[in-house]
Amino acid sequence: MKIDDLLNKTSEWLKATGPNSDVVISTRIRLARNVDKVPFSHWANKKQKEEILSLAEEALEKTNILKGASYSRMTDFSELDRQFLIERHLMSPEHAFDPEYKGLIIEPREIISIMVNEEDHFRIQVVQSGFNLRDAWGLINKIDNETNEIINYSYSVKWGYLTACPTNAGTGMRASLMMHLPALVMTKQINKMLQALTKLGIAVRGLYGEGTEALGNFFQISNQVTLGRPEEDIIGNFERIMNKVIMREAQARRSLLMKEKEALSDKIYRTYGTLKNARIITSNETINLMSSIRFGVNMGILADVSIKTVNEIFIMSQPAHLQKLENKILTSDQRDMKRADIIREKLK
Amino acid sequence: MVCDVCGKSEATVHLTEIINNEVTKLHLCETCAREKASEMEEHFGLAELLSGLADFGVQVESEEMTKLKCPNCGFTYMDFKKIGRLGCGECYEAFKKNLTPLLKRIHGADQHYGKAPIKAQKIIKVRDDIQDIKSRLQKAITMEEFEEAARLRDEIKELEKKMTRKKDKDENR
Repeated sequence: MKIDDLLNKTSEWLKATGPNSDVVISTRIRLARNVDKVPFSHWANKKQKEEILSLAEEALEKTNILKGASYSRMTDFSELDRQFLIERHLMSPEHAFDPEYKGLIIEPREIISIMVNEEDHFRIQVVQSGFNLRDAWGLINKIDNETNEIINYSYSVKWGYLTACPTNAGTGMRASLMMHLPALVMTKQINKMLQALTKLGIAVRGLYGEGTEALGNFFQISNQVTLGRPEEDIIGNFERIMNKVIMREAQARRSLLMKEKEALSDKIYRTYGTLKNARIITSNETINLMSSIRFGVNMGILADVSIKTVNEIFIMSQPAHLQKLENKILTSDQRDMKRADIIREKLK
Repeated sequence: MVCDVCGKSEATVHLTEIINNEVTKLHLCETCAREKASEMEEHFGLAELLSGLADFGVQVESEEMTKLKCPNCGFTYMDFKKIGRLGCGECYEAFKKNLTPLLKRIHGADQHYGKAPIKAQKIIKVRDDIQDIKSRLQKAITMEEFEEAARLRDEIKELEKKMTRKKDKDENR
């Protein structure tokens, strides 16, 4: 697969066409699967890891659902390409370390991706635009069934799907939403909300997953428990709880609009001015300012910009994307200038 | 009584933990108890500290534990404690005794419900059938329908045999 083909198009999930996409940017479900009796990736020898890679290729060839997708080995990619794939959320940062014996299956719409020989032999991922757990589950369930015709998955009647880390055993399923919750942050309800979620067995992380901070009021929220309940139950429960979070955010937005519309408009238009005129801008500043722009667009305050443009700026302004666009390695200072150029261009 | 952790000082703190009706007891000296207390705070709900969690609350059986090794992949229980990852799917069975309380602690459950691969679906069907007949058997006994009860008992025996055969067949495939 050519990374450059991805560069000039928008991932399906960024098109902001899904339900509640003003609050939920994307819905992601992943399944952890391993091959029966073969040691997990960290403990497998070279030959065994090669076997897993071959199985991935075979599954790609023989399943209908993966038609059109491409398989690559991590070693086929440059370091910059690997960073690019992380920024695009097609793989985890861990998958870029020790690239040998690791593989990646990507489908052209970027809805499906499968990491091969990450922590588990297979990490199947499906991403949908907006709040769309049902469709995401429907699709990933099909992928799981079809690949299971070819791959004999490690499973026990007692513990379900067996995974390298016991925190994933059982369903091996993690459902997560990328949420934008600026109004809950502004009205200072966010901490209470996050604490309540944690008590319900729901984990909250920053923009790039585990161990990252919550920049720009973006939160990655996911189910914690994977064992003891069927997939549909876990998803149904998660959906009900997250519906409440979306409602709360919407309420907070309405009340802000009623009470502080002028102050809010002022802040958003000043931010807009900064982005339209900046000559040097860091990626953290971009995320924070663009969060405000996104909010302005969704509140109906800023009519000149579309959500699609907002999403594109988020993706394109990341370090590896900037360097792929320029087709060369840039220093941090050079990137900050290039980033400002692209933002000005997009907001013209 | 000596401390379960250091095995030297006199145990003065007695910790009883009940999770899902399973009782674990830990006898600690003052120094070790203090360490455990701070550990407990840190460990709560953090997957990263899983290897620590694995240790916590389980009776210290150092002799037996250090010897535990997976017959399929050679991974040891001590390896798991060090890195928080298992060696292969078979490790779950090999370290069952220590993993069961750990999984309960993480997920609040130790029995999977939900999807199964094609291969396992038959076994699961038999297991569910057995469960179903068992509850019918209970009913028959309370109703004093002993003839029916005897018939159901034989049916369960037959299904259980079938399940073992199926499992063996899978093992030897």
